[in-house]
Amino acid sequence: MEMFKRENGLHGDPRLEGISEAIRVVPHFPIPGIMFQDITTLLLDHKAFKDTVDIFVDRYRDMDISVVAGVEARGFMFGPSIALAIGAKFVPLRKPKKLPGEVISEDYVLEYGIDCLQMHVGAVQPGERAIIIDDLIATGGTLSAAIKLLERGGAEVIECACVVGLPEIKEERRLNGKPLYILVEPRQ
Amino acid sequence: MASQDGEDQRLQKIASAIRVIPNFPKPGIMFQDITTLLLDPTAFKDTIDLFVERYRSKDISVVAGIEARGFIFGPPIALAIGAKFVPMRKPNKLPGEVISEEYSLEYGTDKMEMHVGAVRAGERALIIDDLIATGGTLCAAIRLLERVGVEVVECACVIELPELKGRDRLGDRPLFVLVEG
Repeated sequence: MEMFKRENGLHGDPRLEGISEAIRVVPHFPIPGIMFQDITTLLLDHKAFKDTVDIFVDRYRDMDISVVAGVEARGFMFGPSIALAIGAKFVPLRKPKKLPGEVISEDYVLEYGIDCLQMHVGAVQPGERAIIIDDLIATGGTLSAAIKLLERGGAEVIECACVVGLPEIKEERRLNGKPLYILVEPRQ
Repeated sequence: MASQDGEDQRLQKIASAIRVIPNFPKPGIMFQDITTLLLDPTAFKDTIDLFVERYRSKDISVVAGIEARGFIFGPPIALAIGAKFVPMRKPNKLPGEVISEEYSLEYGTDKMEMHVGAVRAGERALIIDDLIATGGTLCAAIRLLERVGVEVVECACVIELPELKGRDRLGDRPLFVLVEG
C-alpha cells in the first residue's frame, strides 16, 4: 500500500484500504504465472467504487482538464464518471475497427506481437488538457500508445491515472515523461 | 408542463449530438455513433440524468452493462442510484468463474459471459446498452441474469432502431429508450 500513497499525497487516506481490499486476485489468468488484478469486484462494492471515482475527481476538478480519455474496455468503466463530474468530454481509445468514423492509429508492442489503439479524428482539439485513464498499468505499452494518440491530436497529456500500478513502473512513476497517478499496488 | 418541456429539450439535444456514419460496419448500415454525444458534456450528463431520474427510486441494486458501450453509460448510472455495476462481456475477458449464454448473430453465434457471484437471486436489475437493434444481445443478458434468479426490471438504451423490432424480441420485458434512430 505504501508504494504510491506518499508520492500521491494520499498517505493516510482511509478510502484506499477499502479500494485495495475490493480488488480480487485471480491466479494464472490469462496465462500461468500472472496474478490478475480483477477490478470487477471493486465495481460491485458501491462505496469503494464511488471512493475510487471521488479520489480521481478531487485531483482533477481544478486542473482545467477538458478531456478524459479512457482505454478500452476497463478504462470505460472509470473514465466517464470522472469526465461527468469534472465537466470534461469522454474520449474512448479503442481496438481497431470499433470506432466508426475517421481514426488515427498507434501501434504498440506486446510481449508477443503488436496491437493497435485508435482515436476518432476531431475528438480532441489542439491545446486541450487531457488525462488518460485505465484500470491498471503494467509495462505502460498501452498507455504510451494512448499518450501518442492524444499528442498527435494536439492535446497536452497532463497525467495518466490508474487504479492499480504494477511494480515495473514504481521507480519512475512517470511514463514518456508524463506523471502517473496510481491509487494502489497489486494484491498478492 | 414545465418538466415535460425540459425533458423534450434535453432529448432534442441528445438526439442531435449523435452522429450517423453511413455504411459502417458494412454497406447499407447507418451506424448510430454515440461517441459525439460523449464529447458534449451537457448532453452526456443529460443522458445519464434521464436514466437516473427514472431508476433512482425503483430499488435497483444491479446495473448490468453490455460490452463495450454499455460500460460507458452503466457505471455513472450505478454510482448515482447506489447500485453495483456488472459488466456483461465477450468470451474469455472476465478472469474468474463465469456463466455463459450463447446467442444468434446474422451469421453464426456469439457468447456473453457474467462472473459467478456478481449478482444474487432476488436482486432487481437494470440492463444498459447504447443501442437496441434486433435485441439479440439484450435477450442474452436477460437470460444470464434470470438464470441466477435476478429480476430484470427494465432494459434501457439511448437509441432504438424500431424497424429491427428489438422491442418485440424482448417480449414482455420492459424497454426504455431515449431517442429513435
